[in-house]
Amino acid sequence: MNCREAHPLLNAYLDGELDAAHALEVESHTRECAACDAELEIQKRLSTAIAAAPYFRAAPGLHARIETAAPAWRRPAPWLALVASLAVAFLLVARFVPTQNIGNQVIQAHLRALRAGHLVDVAAPGGHTVRPWFAGKLDYALEVEDISARGFVLAGGRLDSVNGRTVAALVYRRNGHIVNVFIWPASEESDRNPVGQSQDGLHMVNWRAEGMNWWAVSDLDLHQLQELPLCPCFMPVHETLRG
Amino acid sequence: MLPHLDAAHNLARWLLGNPQDAEDAVQEAYLRALTYFDGFHGEDGRAWLLAIVRNTCFECLHKKRRYVEMPFEHLELFRDDSPGPETLQLRDADRVAVQRGLETLPPEFREVLVLREMEGMSYKQIAQITDVPIGTVMSRLARARRRLLETLTAASRRETA
Repeated sequence: MNCREAHPLLNAYLDGELDAAHALEVESHTRECAACDAELEIQKRLSTAIAAAPYFRAAPGLHARIETAAPAWRRPAPWLALVASLAVAFLLVARFVPTQNIGNQVIQAHLRALRAGHLVDVAAPGGHTVRPWFAGKLDYALEVEDISARGFVLAGGRLDSVNGRTVAALVYRRNGHIVNVFIWPASEESDRNPVGQSQDGLHMVNWRAEGMNWWAVSDLDLHQLQELPLCPCFMPVHETLRG
Repeated sequence: MLPHLDAAHNLARWLLGNPQDAEDAVQEAYLRALTYFDGFHGEDGRAWLLAIVRNTCFECLHKKRRYVEMPFEHLELFRDDSPGPETLQLRDADRVAVQRGLETLPPEFREVLVLREMEGMSYKQIAQITDVPIGTVMSRLARARRRLLETLTAASRRETA
């Protein structure tokens, strides 16, 4: 790939919108081409600069103001229809979705990301943290250990939707396999030891720690998945094999 | 519970430039979302909602005559192939400079930057929201970034001059 070919792709590369083959070509070109590498660096800095621009959250009163203006929202029928159809988008649903379904949702989110070829919203430079990118995009703070030296390389992060709320998804690579780790605040304080599940050829481990729900999903087998250093400790696997 | 209210408000605030118009537009958009809700059959509630917010904002800009739609060719005229402003120390570009820079961009440029950089949306989602092909999203983002860089470079030159 030469500059003429690489240059128009730099933006899409940084945005994580290139397929793996093109991304690799851009990477190998920028390693050799100082001009394109410098351009890439400038674009990265620009992204950082824009991320530091103000994010205008809704004022506390706006929510109430809209609800008052739309009394129909409070009537049961449209409200229920709304909840049913927009389930993944609604925080409210969290209370009504049984825990068992979260596993399904995590699998769906994992598959959605793989099928759409949209694994990450932000790439992790050198396999290190993507935490700054999440700041202001989540309604909770994300604290995740850097585990790249321990066999799971952080590819990046993205926002996803699980259990009716926006959640952080971290994407790790392990021996060519993709591991999605979904993290969001738990409603209960107490920790819970990791539990394994398998479904449709995919494997999941979930636990509760540091006030967060953690769900790791991958086509890695359960034992390898439990080696994820984020996972608090190795526990006997309770497999629920279905379908 | 109103989903995505912060994202909706942030987009409206950047497009309209003042808090009052932004809140009005967000309210209008949510009321429309309810009205048109039967028309939503997709998976991506956030993109669907932000599309309504964005359309409401552009209508508002038209109404207030603060915005004359730029012919498509004009948007395409903004070059994205000028040499990189190597002298620019973006580290020094403070929040205020970036905010001003963003505010001077045409709204079509501003919205793709807000959706991409602040909401982390994919090209596909942005294409859905702004109702243009994905290729246009890609070139518009590249042009928007180039223009913002030029603005910031000019601003930092003025400061050092």
